Amino acid sequence: MTVAVPTSLDAAVQLLADQPDAMLLAGGTDAMVEINDGHRRPDGLVIALNRVADLRSWRHDPSTGTVTIGAGVTYTEMMDSSIASLLPALAEAARTVGSPQIRNAGTLGGNLGTCSPAGDGLPVLSALDAHVRLVSASGERVLSVHDFMVGVKRTAIEPGEMIADVILRTRLGWQGYAKVGVRNAMVIAVASACLAVDTDAQAVAIALGSVGPTIVRCTEAEQQLAGSVDWRSLTVSADALQTCAELVSAASRPITDHRSTAAYRRHAVGVLGARLARRAFTLEGDAS
Amino acid sequence: MSNEFFTLRVNGVDHEVADSWLGESLLDVLRDRVGLMGSKGACTQGECGSCSVLVDESLVCSCLVMGATAVDQEIVTIEGVAPIGAPSDVQQAFVDAGAVQCGFCTPGLVMAVHDLLERTQAPTDTEIREELAGNVCRCTGYGRIIDAVQQVAVLRGSRP
Repeated sequence: MTVAVPTSLDAAVQLLADQPDAMLLAGGTDAMVEINDGHRRPDGLVIALNRVADLRSWRHDPSTGTVTIGAGVTYTEMMDSSIASLLPALAEAARTVGSPQIRNAGTLGGNLGTCSPAGDGLPVLSALDAHVRLVSASGERVLSVHDFMVGVKRTAIEPGEMIADVILRTRLGWQGYAKVGVRNAMVIAVASACLAVDTDAQAVAIALGSVGPTIVRCTEAEQQLAGSVDWRSLTVSADALQTCAELVSAASRPITDHRSTAAYRRHAVGVLGARLARRAFTLEGDAS
Repeated sequence: MSNEFFTLRVNGVDHEVADSWLGESLLDVLRDRVGLMGSKGACTQGECGSCSVLVDESLVCSCLVMGATAVDQEIVTIEGVAPIGAPSDVQQAFVDAGAVQCGFCTPGLVMAVHDLLERTQAPTDTEIREELAGNVCRCTGYGRIIDAVQQVAVLRGSRP
């Protein structure tokens, strides 16, 4: 076993090109648990990505209305007010991850690379229709996050490729993230949801975590909610919220495992969807 | 590229690490190779915080850091917080407040509290609970740990 600690993306990509079966190590919050438990024992090259400066920055391009976040940006960095003002749901999701220790280590690229259905960043990336830029020695390609996430802990990354950054479009309108777990902090989601409003397009996006093999988008609930909203006053009826909860639950495909039951997850994720919709819009008849 | 030998800078001193398996966690390297036993290992999955150290001024669980990747970084462990016999204000407050019972979680908590008070000088009780969510204590019920943090905030003049 050897360990490489490259400091530039070019160097990291070259190392991976020479040994395409190398293990990529981002923040270590998933990989080291497997290694400590003996479930994974790297014997070839490990490429540590946490010192690759190119991956550790993010930028906002107002002319294109996009934010590009390097794969090595940590949850702590995503909670920063500068990102929170552009992508509130992403900052909110980052804040629900683990503890300060975990948020200082874990990265957006690592969240994508692991591709757990419980990854807190992933419902946000799905709701915001993010794109993932993959780089290799032979070039790069940009994939929709919907095509990137293939299955439980399976992605579209090919040998020799690594995640460079994530591209997100900023939008006008409320957005938020909520999750249910057994504690208020330091918890893996039993069910989670991101809701993002696009007031210009008069559209709503709802994405669910921990209730399917990958993140689930609720097309029917999105269309029903967007069609029920009075877009001039941004109000919605209690009946529409109830229907939204039912359609969100219906879209989920949960399983029973050691963290929860399918029935509870299906119920809880509907509650989360309606709760987020209630935050996004004013309930008809309410004063403000 | 590292190989069987690598050097870690811990508490300002360079330590050559030899004969380790390169996949070992920084926690194991610190305890078993460098001989610094202050950082504790309990869960080895980032849940309990008893292995908390600073790497380049960032609080992390050393069990989730591959030791060989921490080359060229400044690592600070509980042993680097204060010399023996001259406890830091946080350590003294833990003693004064009765925030130490079995003591296993204490090194990680002291690291986390120093880090917390660097970022938030006068935290509320709620902020303290949230910020220390990654440090598990099974003895105290946390009340006296929160008291200790507040005592430090007062002593530092951050809180009246």
